[in-house]
Amino acid sequence: MRNKTNKIKSLIKVVSIPFIALLFLTITNCSTDETQTVTNFTNLVMSDEFDAEGAPNSALWNYEIGTGNNGWGNNELQYYTDRTENIKVENGYLLISANKEAYNGSSYTSARITTQGLFEQTHGRFEARIRVPYGKGLWPAFWLLGSDCETNIWPQCGEIDIMEYLGDNPDTVFGSVHGPGYSAGEAVTKEYTLENDRFDTGFHVFGIEWTPDYINYYVDDALYQQITPADVPGEWVFNNPFYIILNLAVGGNFPGAPNSETVFPQTMLVDYVRVYQQ
Amino acid sequence: MKTRKNIYPKIFLCIGLIFITAISCERELSDEAEFATFSTTGEIFTDNFQGGLDYFPFGGSFAEAFSVDFNEKYLGSASMRFDIPQFGVSYGGATFPSLAPRDLSQYDALTFWAKASQGADINEIGFGINGETNNKFQVTMQNLPLTTVWTKYVIAIPDASKLNQEKGMFWYAEGAENSFDEGGYTFWIDELRFEKLETIAQPRPAIFNGQDVVQTAFIGSPITVTGLTQTFNLANGQNQTVSAAPSYFTFTSSDTDIAIVNELGLVSIIGIGTAEITAVLGGVAAEGTLTVNSVGDFQFAPTPTLDPSTVLSVFSDTYTNVPVDYYNGFWTPGSTTGSADFAINGDNILSYTNFNYVGTAMSSPTLDASSMTHFHLNMYVPDNVPSDFDFLISIEDWGANQIDNGGDDTRQQIFVDVSQVQPDTWITVDVPLTLTNKNNIGLIIYENINGSSLSNFYIDNVYFHQ
Repeated sequence: MRNKTNKIKSLIKVVSIPFIALLFLTITNCSTDETQTVTNFTNLVMSDEFDAEGAPNSALWNYEIGTGNNGWGNNELQYYTDRTENIKVENGYLLISANKEAYNGSSYTSARITTQGLFEQTHGRFEARIRVPYGKGLWPAFWLLGSDCETNIWPQCGEIDIMEYLGDNPDTVFGSVHGPGYSAGEAVTKEYTLENDRFDTGFHVFGIEWTPDYINYYVDDALYQQITPADVPGEWVFNNPFYIILNLAVGGNFPGAPNSETVFPQTMLVDYVRVYQQ
Repeated sequence: MKTRKNIYPKIFLCIGLIFITAISCERELSDEAEFATFSTTGEIFTDNFQGGLDYFPFGGSFAEAFSVDFNEKYLGSASMRFDIPQFGVSYGGATFPSLAPRDLSQYDALTFWAKASQGADINEIGFGINGETNNKFQVTMQNLPLTTVWTKYVIAIPDASKLNQEKGMFWYAEGAENSFDEGGYTFWIDELRFEKLETIAQPRPAIFNGQDVVQTAFIGSPITVTGLTQTFNLANGQNQTVSAAPSYFTFTSSDTDIAIVNELGLVSIIGIGTAEITAVLGGVAAEGTLTVNSVGDFQFAPTPTLDPSTVLSVFSDTYTNVPVDYYNGFWTPGSTTGSADFAINGDNILSYTNFNYVGTAMSSPTLDASSMTHFHLNMYVPDNVPSDFDFLISIEDWGANQIDNGGDDTRQQIFVDVSQVQPDTWITVDVPLTLTNKNNIGLIIYENINGSSLSNFYIDNVYFHQ
């Protein structure tokens, strides 16, 4: 049901006002297949539809401010803030915007929010509907970190990257896990490429379905990767609570720095984040 | 095994149904009504010409440049071969028009595979050259780099909805522009067609190359919108910018009592005041604007009144001018000065832009001003006079050998400072000619000195007199 609500909303954006009345008559006929066969968990336990204008819901999201250690461990170039220039909820979307500006010693600003301490869960289905930005150096992500990462040092605490994307490769996203013996450049990862389409021109659903036995990665209605304990060259560290992170990084080891072709500002739009249990 | 799918086809299907539902309640057209339909064939050359095609070499081009090559090909049995002559011989250039108009509105790019016998840059390549429409929807990609390996190239359509009856399928112009530029080589093109790639995204149209231009304007003196481009981000993550004809854009004037703009980007000034010209391409606002500050009718420089027998004129419409090599030598490297000379009601005006220094040369013959006692010019600084204005006029005599820098040159310097200049007003500089040798004057140089930031000005009535 929730998916259907969402799809109607996206159609309204495409079609001009006079057609909206007709749309409701027609919509039930053409929305024949709303269920994603790639997912099995349907018990919704958390959702943020980003319907309340202003700052993100503080009962669910924390800001991470600043540059972390060594650019959040990746030599990222941005300074994360909680200013509305970098993060706000507007028109039913969470907007995380990267700007090119001198700010506290950095050349770029952006934002990063987490559910650490506010929503953490072991296993389940985590998905978000996102439109990513474009351009060399832009690195948006929707990912999970083990809730004990402050004491159980990464990568031992585990990281599940549901969606990563590089702005100079607009038709491709990555899904990965990081753990002991398989982190950073050695992570277990797979890319998913759209045919005759790209991720920065429309919304796509990025999700995982995570059980003790596997993590399934999907984009829209396509399951593209399954990672099992047998697939990781080390300990399976994914049987404890994880929290959600949404961020838009600029530069760093993975994407490289923006270049003269990169257009700023760039915005990552998140329509919703939903979490289900079995 | 990957299942590559996305939800968008479903959405399009929905929209299709919506439109069907929407129009079903409209009154149907009578049976007599027929829409003209044009071929939607996208192929131009695969192994031969597709869909009815012609070949017209450009004037002065190497007539044998194009042939069909049955040895080299990317796919199938043949490719288009282009033999580019050596520097100084000629160039290769042609258009390949469709015999009948085609409806290309469903496509988003011209694509082809190409390779060359050596690394090369095609000077200009694109589509939309159609003499019947005065190239209304011409697209030009500049300096397309080719390698010796077959590679696929994409030239995005700025707004395909405009191309619903287009004949200009493909054109190119390539030649050695100097002795160091590549020439005497061959390139091949194969599988030339319009395609719907669906990965042409993030349009960023621009006018004036994205700059906000402010210009003094006069009633009756039109200004042309230039620097028209469309930029897309391609599937490979690269931005691509092409020059797009004005008719892809919709232009708007903020005040049509002051300035109006037509579909060719010609801005006509019809009133006094300020108007902003903006543009939209395919629903996207173009970066860049033109602000015209119309000061009304052009204020002409004072008309000279001296007897022509007492004057040696370098630039005026009142007197007959002596032979002049140029009024802007575009000296490189160093000079940034451009020229935008114009004429209103037959009165020619020198207009210098982006000024640092510029010269007027008279070498054949040099000017014999030995009987003259004064130097005169009129100068007009539009919009505003920069506070650091400091202007030098140098009159240079080339001496008996009549050679610039020939060892016997002499100069007179005439300084014009900020106190002598008013914005939007003609000033007169009329000073005694103090040069001892003045029978071989070869150059008059204007330059910014002491950090002066003067950028644009007009000059008229440059002459020596008694």
